[in-house]
Amino acid sequence: MTACYLDHNATTPLGLPARDAMARAMEAAARIAGNASSVHGFGRAARKIVEDARAHVAELAGVAPANVIFTSGGSEANNAILRGIGADVRVTSTIEHASVLDAVDAVRAPVNADGVIDLNALAEMLNEVQGRVLISVMAANNETGVVQPIAEISALAKNHDAVFHVDAIQWAGKRPLFEVTAYADAVSLSAHKFGGPQGVGAILVKDGTAFAPLVRGGGQERRRRSGTENLIGIAGFGAAAEAALTGVHDFARLAGLRDRIENELGDVARIYGQGAERLPNTTCIAMPGVSAETQVMAFDLAGIAVSAGSACSSGKIEPSYVLLAMGLSNEDAAEAIRVSLGTGTTEQDVERFIQTWRDLYERHVKTAKPKGTGEAAA
Amino acid sequence: MNSTHRPVYLDYQATTPVDARVMDAMMPYFTEAFGNPHSTSHAYGWEARDAVELARQQVAAMINADPREIVFTSGATESNNMAIKGVARFFAGRKAHMVAPVTEHKCVLESLKYAEKLCYEITWLKVGADGLIDPDTVKAALRADTALVSVMQVNNEIGVIQPMAEIGRLCREAGVYLHSDAAQAAGKIPIDVAAMNVDLLSLSGHKMYGPMGIGALYVRRKPRVRLEPLMDGGGQERTLRSGTLPAPLVVGFGAAAGLVSEGCDIDATRIRDLRDRVLKGLQQRIPDLYVNGSMEQRVAGNLNIGFRGISSETLMDALKDRVALSSGSACTSAAVEPSYVLRALGLSDEDAHASVRLCIGRMTTQDEAEAAIEAISEEVAKLRAMEMRGVG
Repeated sequence: MTACYLDHNATTPLGLPARDAMARAMEAAARIAGNASSVHGFGRAARKIVEDARAHVAELAGVAPANVIFTSGGSEANNAILRGIGADVRVTSTIEHASVLDAVDAVRAPVNADGVIDLNALAEMLNEVQGRVLISVMAANNETGVVQPIAEISALAKNHDAVFHVDAIQWAGKRPLFEVTAYADAVSLSAHKFGGPQGVGAILVKDGTAFAPLVRGGGQERRRRSGTENLIGIAGFGAAAEAALTGVHDFARLAGLRDRIENELGDVARIYGQGAERLPNTTCIAMPGVSAETQVMAFDLAGIAVSAGSACSSGKIEPSYVLLAMGLSNEDAAEAIRVSLGTGTTEQDVERFIQTWRDLYERHVKTAKPKGTGEAAA
Repeated sequence: MNSTHRPVYLDYQATTPVDARVMDAMMPYFTEAFGNPHSTSHAYGWEARDAVELARQQVAAMINADPREIVFTSGATESNNMAIKGVARFFAGRKAHMVAPVTEHKCVLESLKYAEKLCYEITWLKVGADGLIDPDTVKAALRADTALVSVMQVNNEIGVIQPMAEIGRLCREAGVYLHSDAAQAAGKIPIDVAAMNVDLLSLSGHKMYGPMGIGALYVRRKPRVRLEPLMDGGGQERTLRSGTLPAPLVVGFGAAAGLVSEGCDIDATRIRDLRDRVLKGLQQRIPDLYVNGSMEQRVAGNLNIGFRGISSETLMDALKDRVALSSGSACTSAAVEPSYVLRALGLSDEDAHASVRLCIGRMTTQDEAEAAIEAISEEVAKLRAMEMRGVG
């Protein structure tokens, strides 16, 4: 049985461009051992790899290379910004990633039933708070794919003289990144969510946005992130960013595949966030009467990888806080799984998912019938 | 750079090449086995997780720790930040003092400066002319409100080995945490966290023939070390370090640790012989050469030597096509100030400025050592002759 991977929001397979670039960097690492901060020729060769990658990330983001700071990943990027930008009050939303929610104490704006941040509520919160404000929201949610009103929030931030940070970790590679960087003072990225390797990410910081570094030491990354640069990872990140410049077009195809899942299963499935603008690759889909754990196990047996929420919390069995924030009951939230497609996803993969979903559902309805009223499929 | 006539690489303390066996171990995790090690709902995730856990055992075995005491990080800089800032935050308001020698790595110094902002007082220990700490000075510095002592096991510039076991015993008796930056020790000398009574220990992958971008912090379980995480989020690494672990890099780090445990380099006889050969060769050819730091308590590959009257920048520039070496740590090697480590040994600004670091490693050959002797002695002689003629 060939494997069918539909968990791209957790991590993506390494894309060919990243793989090639990393193979070259690895070849270099095995041959020359360059610390990018060393002055000798070996170091300069490593420095070139890092700076070429920085230029590619900058191009994808529509910013200057000097505005790109490499980190060990998205969680570090979020923590560095949330903790490093001096603010009296931090305002986020109820559906942010744990690396934002847990990093600092913050006021949290609610979302509507489709998972979109409530702009009126956010505006009221901003009217009430005093002092210097940092607003941090995600461009698109990792569990539902719901796109957030970045331009509108940016306008609110400007009115209140607030610093505006956007977690674009799920957005990058799927939608044009300049649509985010144009509005934000600081942006977080992660390479492994769009064909790059794990262990590398970036902060994009606008000129004049001061922050205290999270990791201090040798003063690398213009004193904003110390530590020897992850040469192989950064090489892969750069190549993935370069590929993403054109790769976003493939996501129109994925939207078609995603819609097909929702259309074919929509008679029984509940889809969350469907009323909002979403990332083209993500669907959050609930099977009535069947727990998410049962579903992911059954899909895994069938060779299909999906998840019950975000990867970091997928070991836990509590219902998703994102879905609860959208007003779902514990019971409804506990039946939802996340299906996220990627550039390698084929029509056959999607057909196989649909068929497996149907089989699982029908099997459950049959076994559930003797216990219930016979209307389990309602 | 011309690939057929590459300079001899003698900067193994800045970074090491990735060992071919490490590369082989990593490769599958970049490609087929690409899962997120924290995905628990499918086989991709389990495969990556199993690989991460094996690597954790390998790293733990290298330092005689329990695998549950290993927290993977993005490198030793993060580990050092996490250890010092983490303890500082946890005990803020309850403890108010930390101790460290002045010769620590920049990231330790910077992290201690952060602790100062949290109202910790720092006692900066002096080192002897040999670069070593006298354990009695540690003992004298300890106070009832001391939270942490941080001592680098092996210095990054002069390669000297600190008396960790003695310092560890003193700290344990006083109930004070001992952190050690062991990035330069791993793979060069044995590390035993139990024997040294170390409570926190930082490691780096790329200083021991693993990849860059990966490291670890050892966090003792018994008695349990308490510290605040540097990063919050998904709660990975038992909530101590959030963020997706880069499985391929973790695997490479584990494989590199495995090679160390198998005895790769640890007796270091070959490396020591080469290093001694280089020193002898240079001493025979170059007058007025001095060695910085203890030659007895020193890792096998390191040499830190000065050529009176010649600035390290001038020498490195003259050697750039023949030998890759550095004037100190890589992160600051672009800076022009004399090394604060060498100044702490009592060197004058001029003598510190005239010193370079050479480090021999696993891949260095006898031919390369001979070529380096030739190149360095020739260039030093030329520069000194120019100086005498007043050209320099």
